[in-house]
Amino acid sequence: MLFESNYAWYAPLNINYHVGVDGISIAMVLLTAFVVIAGVLVSWNVATLNKEFFFLLLFLSAGAYGFFISLDLFTLFFFLEVAVIPKFLLIGIWGSGKKEYSAMKLALMLMSGSALVFVGLLGLYFNTNTGNGQHTFDILRIAQMNIPLSVQKFFFPFAFVGFGIFGALFPFHTWVPDGHSSAPTAASMFLAGISMKLGGYGCLRVATFLMPAAAHQYSWIIIVLASIAILYGAFATMMQTDLKYINAYSSVSHCGFVLLGIGMLTKTAITGAVMQMVSHGLMTALFFAGIGMIYDRTHTRQLAQLGGLLKVMPFIATVFVIAGLCSLGLPGLSGFVAEVTVFMGSWQNADNFYRIATIVACASIVVTAVYILRAVGKAIMGPLPITADGSPLLWRVVDAKWNERWAAGLLIIGIVIIGVAPFWLNDLISPGTETLMKNIGKVVMLK
Amino acid sequence: MISMLNDFLYLMKAELMITTIIFIILFLKLSNRAWKTDGFLNFINVLLVINLAAGFFNIPTGHLFGDMFRTNELLTLEKNFLNLGTLIISLQSYHWLRNHKHVAEFYILLLSTLLGMFFMISSSNLLMFYLGLELSTIPLAALCNFDLDKRRSSEAAFKMIMSSAFSSGLLLFGISLLYGSTGTLDFSELSAGLNGNPLQIFSIILLIAGFGFKISAVPFHLWTADVYEGSPVAVTSYLSVISKGAVLFVILSVFYNVFKPIANSWYNMIFLISVATMLIGNLFALRQQNMKRFLAFSSIAQVGFILVGLTAQSVEGGSSVIYFILIYIFSNLGAFGIVSIVSAITGKENMDDYKGFYKTNPVLTWALAISLFSLAGVPPMAGFFGKFFLLFAGAGKGNYLLIVIAALNMVVSLYYYLKVIKAMFMDANDNPIEKIHSNWQPKIAMAICVGGILITGIASGAYNYIYSLLK
Repeated sequence: MLFESNYAWYAPLNINYHVGVDGISIAMVLLTAFVVIAGVLVSWNVATLNKEFFFLLLFLSAGAYGFFISLDLFTLFFFLEVAVIPKFLLIGIWGSGKKEYSAMKLALMLMSGSALVFVGLLGLYFNTNTGNGQHTFDILRIAQMNIPLSVQKFFFPFAFVGFGIFGALFPFHTWVPDGHSSAPTAASMFLAGISMKLGGYGCLRVATFLMPAAAHQYSWIIIVLASIAILYGAFATMMQTDLKYINAYSSVSHCGFVLLGIGMLTKTAITGAVMQMVSHGLMTALFFAGIGMIYDRTHTRQLAQLGGLLKVMPFIATVFVIAGLCSLGLPGLSGFVAEVTVFMGSWQNADNFYRIATIVACASIVVTAVYILRAVGKAIMGPLPITADGSPLLWRVVDAKWNERWAAGLLIIGIVIIGVAPFWLNDLISPGTETLMKNIGKVVMLK
Repeated sequence: MISMLNDFLYLMKAELMITTIIFIILFLKLSNRAWKTDGFLNFINVLLVINLAAGFFNIPTGHLFGDMFRTNELLTLEKNFLNLGTLIISLQSYHWLRNHKHVAEFYILLLSTLLGMFFMISSSNLLMFYLGLELSTIPLAALCNFDLDKRRSSEAAFKMIMSSAFSSGLLLFGISLLYGSTGTLDFSELSAGLNGNPLQIFSIILLIAGFGFKISAVPFHLWTADVYEGSPVAVTSYLSVISKGAVLFVILSVFYNVFKPIANSWYNMIFLISVATMLIGNLFALRQQNMKRFLAFSSIAQVGFILVGLTAQSVEGGSSVIYFILIYIFSNLGAFGIVSIVSAITGKENMDDYKGFYKTNPVLTWALAISLFSLAGVPPMAGFFGKFFLLFAGAGKGNYLLIVIAALNMVVSLYYYLKVIKAMFMDANDNPIEKIHSNWQPKIAMAICVGGILITGIASGAYNYIYSLLK
């Protein structure tokens, strides 16, 4: 762990403010930085209550940063909850559509998730022993201990399902479509780009890392649920007509790959899961940024009312196409790298069950291609929509402004770098995954 | 003789301070001169500030009157919390008191109940405890009636006095059964005589029922909503925070010290009451429209969470309860304070009236939002830490069923707090509450509450101090 600092917070209970980073955390911190900067750039022109807007957005990102660098379960839980309520206000005040409903649904589901996480963390704490009857919340120290299997089996579901709600684990993904589509652009970017990664990271760092024996026991359930999420998300996306809903449901599908990778418990698969978190974070933020820019100009997100955007706003349309291609896994962009790594890692498990799950997950890519190409073809290509009097609509819109260009450029750079030179990201995260694997492998040895 | 007098003056410092203030106010009232209300109120508030500050110096330890009265650092801290709460309420009710004809009487009654609570906290004998309890209850009933021209206020006072009388009856019956079975009323001797025979268990059931009335735990909560709604806001906040806090302090010391030998017997009772209180409090709070009633039911649910901490039967349990009451003073008084200002200036008390509140009163809205978030247990507000430690302590006992129930109840409670937030920030309203100009006194109270909420959690000093006192 690098840049570690450790201060006593609630000393009598052995609760510390303990932070530090390894490769996985750095990848997530970088992702957060990219998405937040891009989010601030695209919301340059927030008209109403702009101070409050940026206050809440930055508060949210403070929660995310803190979560990713925490090495103490209390600190981690603290920051996890910090990152919930600002979303409620962001969606409820600046959102669109049925925003109050979505905001409330999101806040309550995420809080239920953190309530489950809370029980899991308490269970872990009271079953640790630092030698003199004292307990600890310290992640690194808990990882050294052998938590009894019965305890792990009891508390793993709490922690995993709790974080899973954040990470759109089927069937707890229902907050995702409503929340994402009602949120203002920057909040959508944050929600899909970072917030869902809180769940994936938590599943990895807390549930799997600290309770590896239980992770082995339950891995088949995780894989089944993740496969369902991948396929179900993909098919559900095909039925959507609203651009934001399309991206929200496809996020459910893509985040399924993260959970699939974690459930497979091989080094390659877990590396793939982390790569998929970063890749999906950048890609989905870019997608939402593009949709936001389109919506600002056309005031509609319905596929049926859009068309020929490449003619009137070439930059934005290109951004949209790049995000789409990344989403369907075009080689050279980050999505391909991450998904292939997950598949390869999954295939390493020499067992029919795992291989069938891998094949099912692979099959979803075809579905992804269908909905992405259809959305791109309808909205970007084709003729411009015609008004009642026969003149083409939207011919007066202006293309992206400087702030929007920078926002999109930043995210595209990230996507392309990972796509072209994946070894950089791989080298960054592999020491982190090795530490994780040491703990997970320990259990295999015991078997 | 001299040293006895010195002991008396020194050990009963907190009580004597309150008594002195009561007499000062009484003499001013009797002096038959027309005091200006503003100056009079400011003068009393200055006295209360001095009283609060004095509590932190020269902390006495010892006992008096043949061990009937005891005091130490922890009990003094608890009294300081109550002093702080009383000061905040006094500052908050400035607008309401300014137009009231009987300011002196209000403070005399208020401080008398405070005095009763001090005696109750310091008692180490059931007789002394009962005296303190009655001294704190009877003036409160009179205070409930302090909106003199409102019928609902009289109704509230009547309900209050009836339910208190009933609960006092239960308590007395329990105390007399305990006396019959152990032959003593002294706490330390009582503890030695407890062996868990059926008569003692029955008397403890009666005691829990009596206490349950005072802290409005389910199923003894039925008087709460009507009394809270009918009473003036200042009295409501006093009832829901200070009065409950004082009784919880006593419950803590009685159950953790005196009833320790039969801890297994009362554990299950508190467990059931805690679950029922959280559930019922939350379910009723969901449906409330009147802000005072809403806060009343939410405070019932909060007591349920406090009881989770009480079940821990450990140092963590005790310190989390005391710590939470401090936070609860800040959070609940913060919320009540703003409801009080709005109600005193505009007369509006409904949740619908708060729609669009943010457009006209951004500062008040943020203050109310911070208080509500703290009550809901959202970080970085202190309420998060308070709730965390209550449930943390409860989990130490190993009963995870209770923890799961409590954690899910926190989600339910979040829903109704967010409903108020939604009304203030998101809902449109053609006729929102107009811009409110309040005096500096309520503003100071608000600043204390918000500051307390933001600091008490992040800075761990308060909890660590309480923990060190209990250890």
